[in-house]
Amino acid sequence: MSTAIAFSGVALAYGPVPVIEDLSLELAAGQTHCLLGPSGSGKSTLLRSIMGLSLPVRGEVTVLGRRVEPAGAAAQREANRAAGLVLQNGGLFPHLSVRDNVALPAALAGWSPDRTLQRLTELEALVGLAPELRSRYPRALSGGQRQRVALARALFLDPPLLLLDEPLSGLDPQSRTELQDEMKRLFGSLARTVVLVTHDVPEALFLADTITLLDRGRVAQHGPAETLARHPASDWARTFVRSAAPRWRQMLDLVDGESER
Amino acid sequence: MTGRRLLSWIALGAAAAIGCRQEPAQPVIRVTSLRDVEGQVLGELFAQLIESTGEARVERRLGLGGSGVVFAAFHAGEVDLVPQYSGTLAEELLRQPELTDFATIRRQVEARGYEVLGPLGFNNTYGIGVKREMAERFGLRRISDLRGRSWRGAVTPEFREAVTGLGAMVSAYRLALGDVRTMEHALSYVALARGEVDFVDVYTTDATIRARDLIVLDDDLGVFVRYEGLVLARSGFARRYPRSWAALGQLVGRLSDSTMTRLNGEFEIARRSPSAIAADFLASIGVTPPTVQDEVAAGEPRWLRLTLEHLGLIAVSLAMALVVGIPLGWWASQRRAVARTVLSLVGVIQTIPGIALLCFFIPVFGVGWEPAVYALAAYALLPVVQGVVTGLTQIDATLVDVAAVLGMTDRQRRRRVELPLAAPALIAGIRVAAVINVGTAALAALVGAGGYGTLIVTGLALNDWRVVMLGALPSAAMAVLIHALFAALESRASRWR
Repeated sequence: MSTAIAFSGVALAYGPVPVIEDLSLELAAGQTHCLLGPSGSGKSTLLRSIMGLSLPVRGEVTVLGRRVEPAGAAAQREANRAAGLVLQNGGLFPHLSVRDNVALPAALAGWSPDRTLQRLTELEALVGLAPELRSRYPRALSGGQRQRVALARALFLDPPLLLLDEPLSGLDPQSRTELQDEMKRLFGSLARTVVLVTHDVPEALFLADTITLLDRGRVAQHGPAETLARHPASDWARTFVRSAAPRWRQMLDLVDGESER
Repeated sequence: MTGRRLLSWIALGAAAAIGCRQEPAQPVIRVTSLRDVEGQVLGELFAQLIESTGEARVERRLGLGGSGVVFAAFHAGEVDLVPQYSGTLAEELLRQPELTDFATIRRQVEARGYEVLGPLGFNNTYGIGVKREMAERFGLRRISDLRGRSWRGAVTPEFREAVTGLGAMVSAYRLALGDVRTMEHALSYVALARGEVDFVDVYTTDATIRARDLIVLDDDLGVFVRYEGLVLARSGFARRYPRSWAALGQLVGRLSDSTMTRLNGEFEIARRSPSAIAADFLASIGVTPPTVQDEVAAGEPRWLRLTLEHLGLIAVSLAMALVVGIPLGWWASQRRAVARTVLSLVGVIQTIPGIALLCFFIPVFGVGWEPAVYALAAYALLPVVQGVVTGLTQIDATLVDVAAVLGMTDRQRRRRVELPLAAPALIAGIRVAAVINVGTAALAALVGAGGYGTLIVTGLALNDWRVVMLGALPSAAMAVLIHALFAALESRASRWR
């Protein structure tokens, strides 16, 4: 299996604050990778370094066999076109309609209107977006709709790489579950390299092929999702993985108890 | 860098604008005057006398805002000739208000590199005017008679400020006046007529005195210095234009107090044009000017021209402010500290009073259209820069990242993301700038730039508030319209909000 993204001896900083020191990691092509960890663990900074938005102080990041340069550099601009990005609030441009947001990569690449419209229709079906929403501005969309628009935009040029930074964090539990299901289906059918940043353990376990658990800028554990769930490598990893469980158990007890009565 | 290219375009445009206004084949004599009635009549007399010799073409720059503007224009080499007064020269040019003798003042003014022709014959000094019925009821004949009662007055800013004005009068006559308010003659005469004040200051050759049947109190202590009319020219004028100088010499001693008052009245009361008044007077002393150009009666609105002039001032100054302000704001908004510094520097301009800013540009651009446009552009700069900075700094930083990840070039990001997102704030800034400029452009008439201010200035000169309104109301209407136009653009640009 070939490597899509490689970090070797990478140190990253947020302004003057060191975030990651000496991190080496390889992410295989065609799989869904999760960067999991609590706030401040450096997972978003690591994702940003894939696009050249955050530059290593030491070491290097290689994406699809190419060393990452600053995001402003012409070569990196080209490289970034091969990556789709989805952010927490969608990262949609508020002044563009749904249609213009989704089709922006096509406009930048100079596609013909016919080809653009065809792809737009295709993607609406793929991500579950009603065509009636095309002329709406992002302000008038629900959180879930916004993420679908962002996903459609990220997929527009059929990129080999899809990057998602806490894409579902702002959503209500119902939309979240719904979108998790659809993403799982989507990632499975596309067979692209996906890097998903999240702090939500069940989400990571549900979506990821491999999980990289980060703790204060270091890799606490890296491997298949199942391994993390069944064999946490440290006490800290065990505690983190199980941190959500007690509330779930309480809730399930309540629900089951009530249904028995 | 595009900013530098834009700046050089502005410089080129400005050079072209100045260049195309001067096409001298024949020598040109630039005659200027103050904005008051007498200044405009005298300026026209001077101009026609010069034209009668055929020695030079005359460029009229009549109706400037004040002696300060006139002296600044002289300093800048922008004007050649102006009607002046001995007292004004002593106070404002020589800074020796104690000088009263005409010959002494002339000698000292000539020592400063000016040339003087005169005295023309009249003495237009200050006077105190009261209504006839009041003068009779209280037996007022002299200023001394005002002693012992707290009279209410209305005086011009000039009389209040003058060295031998209100202050000198009050202390010399030991008066204990009541409330003395400051206003232009156009308003003070109305206040006097309505009985809101008891006295006003007047100019002794003002035709309104007779028209309103006022009594001018005798200056029995001789407080008010003499303001004898004269011709002030730039150095070398007599040598370069000997025939013109000789022609102007015909006026010396010819314009008595009563003659000057009559000529002023033909303009102010009968509303004849200064050029017609001057032509008739010159004919009466045997001078035939070539042609009388302008027979339009004074104060008659030339709406289209004034509107176009006003709009032109606003449009050009606004365009200049945009060309400088948008790149400046863009550059400044890259760093918070730079933005703060730039905004406060540009903000300083805003604190300079309009007329002072206009004068500031005279040494560089002379009088007329150019200093006004530059001054207005300078005023418009703050709201424009502020709009750009506000618009750009409020953009969500993650959107800039998204733009980078979508592979946008800097240029694409500016055009597709930053400009449209900053547009509502930018348009709001332009709207504020335009509305401010509609008002400030009214001041431009004081440096001879035309526009609705011409009517306001004329109205003040004619002491007629109705003419002032003819200028003020369309100016206000224009401000409202421009506000509405930009408000509509603004809401169009922020549909997505």
